[in-house]
Amino acid sequence: MQPIVSVSNLSKTYTNGHQALKNVSLDIAPGEILALLGPNGAGKTTLISIICGIVNASAGSVSVDGHDIVTGYRVTRGMIGLVPQELTLGAFDTVWNTLCFSRGLFGMKPDPAYLEQLLRDLSLWSRKNSTLMSLSGGMKRRVLIGKALSHEPTVLFLDEPTAGVDVELRKAMWALVRRLRDSGVTIILTTHYIEEAEAIADRVGVINNGELLLVDDKLALMHKLGKRQLIIELEEPVSQLPEMLTNRALELSNDGGKLTYTYDPHKSDTGISALLQAISEAGLQLKDLQTTQSTLEDIFVSLVKANEPLINSSCRRKPASNALKDMGSGIRRNDES
Amino acid sequence: MNTHAIRVIYKYEMLRAWDTLLQSFASPVVSTSLYFVVFGSAIGSRIQQVEGVPYGLFIVPGLVMLALLTHSISNASFGIFFPKFTGTIYEVMSAPISFIEILIGYVGAAATKSLIIGIVILATAGFFVPLEIAHPVWMAGFLILTCISFSLFGFIIGLWADNFEKLQLIPLLIITPLVFLGGSFYSISMLPPVWQTVTLFNPVVYLISGFRWSFFEVSDVSVGLSLFMVLAFLTVCLLIVWWMFKTGYRLKQ
Repeated sequence: MQPIVSVSNLSKTYTNGHQALKNVSLDIAPGEILALLGPNGAGKTTLISIICGIVNASAGSVSVDGHDIVTGYRVTRGMIGLVPQELTLGAFDTVWNTLCFSRGLFGMKPDPAYLEQLLRDLSLWSRKNSTLMSLSGGMKRRVLIGKALSHEPTVLFLDEPTAGVDVELRKAMWALVRRLRDSGVTIILTTHYIEEAEAIADRVGVINNGELLLVDDKLALMHKLGKRQLIIELEEPVSQLPEMLTNRALELSNDGGKLTYTYDPHKSDTGISALLQAISEAGLQLKDLQTTQSTLEDIFVSLVKANEPLINSSCRRKPASNALKDMGSGIRRNDES
Repeated sequence: MNTHAIRVIYKYEMLRAWDTLLQSFASPVVSTSLYFVVFGSAIGSRIQQVEGVPYGLFIVPGLVMLALLTHSISNASFGIFFPKFTGTIYEVMSAPISFIEILIGYVGAAATKSLIIGIVILATAGFFVPLEIAHPVWMAGFLILTCISFSLFGFIIGLWADNFEKLQLIPLLIITPLVFLGGSFYSISMLPPVWQTVTLFNPVVYLISGFRWSFFEVSDVSVGLSLFMVLAFLTVCLLIVWWMFKTGYRLKQ
């Protein structure tokens, strides 16, 4: 399937010398929700801004539906809607007027019926004549989404859409994003919130220091990288691991009261039975057992903290397992480290 | 051509003026009326004629030009600076529109507002002096060209400025002195020869001279030269704006 957005070897160096993007390549399939995760300053907004035409690229190219964003900007920009990170709205405009403005700006003839439905979907119809400065932060965020959708785009960029938004509204926005995806809109969102990516994304990209560390299917990513841990609480703390347990993948907590065993749950033999038998033979009494599954957040944290040179970001859609095979030990809970 | 984009930008800018009707249109009328009272009646009564034209009548083209230049620059510079300041410019920059279309929207609206102000001031002048226009078509031509070229200039200032101080800097420190020293209230033939030569380096002289000629067939420089200077200024402004959009100067990082 031809990607709706194709980014090839994209680099951006700002005039102050900061290299915001380093040779990023990425294909986005039509109709998917791609979440770009990354810490502040990772390059997420720069990537989006280049695709939308707000920032000039230093090198590389981007095409949208096969059209180059520079030579075919009229076509590509008409297909794209952007919800910016900041609440950038004119204070004195009304909700209705600002949506009409956005629609016209993107070359679409007036369509009051469409805009009315859009405002109703965003629960803003009752505020259509309100000035933007009189709206709450959540409402302003929805107005920005309305502006981005006013020209019926096929690709929607959401730059941290739920930043500073309460839980209820966040979930309402997730529902909206899913509905948009179901209607055929391709959605690319950047976020700090791992739970957001986990909740709505089809694929997840991790970006840090201008490098795209990986892009993979969310479930596949968690399947490949999601390690599980068995936490064994001992009846009596021990000062060190008994001799017969030292060859096992066990870690002893600082207080000597817990053993942590990291394993791959997808293997036919997880080694848990043999481990429990060995613990029993070593004379240790068990108090409690619990297992934990690594989350996308754990994966994200381990990725951005990992030794970056080990990851070759120039590979397009590099499989996560290859990118991470040398990254060292798995995920460890804070209370166990 | 993205005519819908031009329409909404133009409409948005015009509505902004409409929302501030007193500030946009009434204040120029009041200030121009004050000029007529001070220069036309109080001082003008002591100066009988300049170049064969009654002084009260002589200053009309200069006063119109003074208002046109000031308001063209302020309207256009604020029109593009404010979206930059608030961050809403992202929407224009990400829209499928060319720089020409952006110009037509923003500069067209600023020039229209200035044109309305110019016409209102001319009408106001009619209350104070018996207005005569020898060449109405030339007068309209100079009026429109001046509105467009100085709105373009204001647009450049708005793009260039990254704070409110800079936005006011050029209009206050450069444009206003040039207009006052450009023959708004006098003929440059009234100056000593050395200052006459110096004044010829002031581009506003050519604007006012050409405009005044269209009223009274009296000018400091030839009307052809005036027209050439206005067109040259317009071309230079267009080239600068084209370069700014091409490079993304103060617009794109």
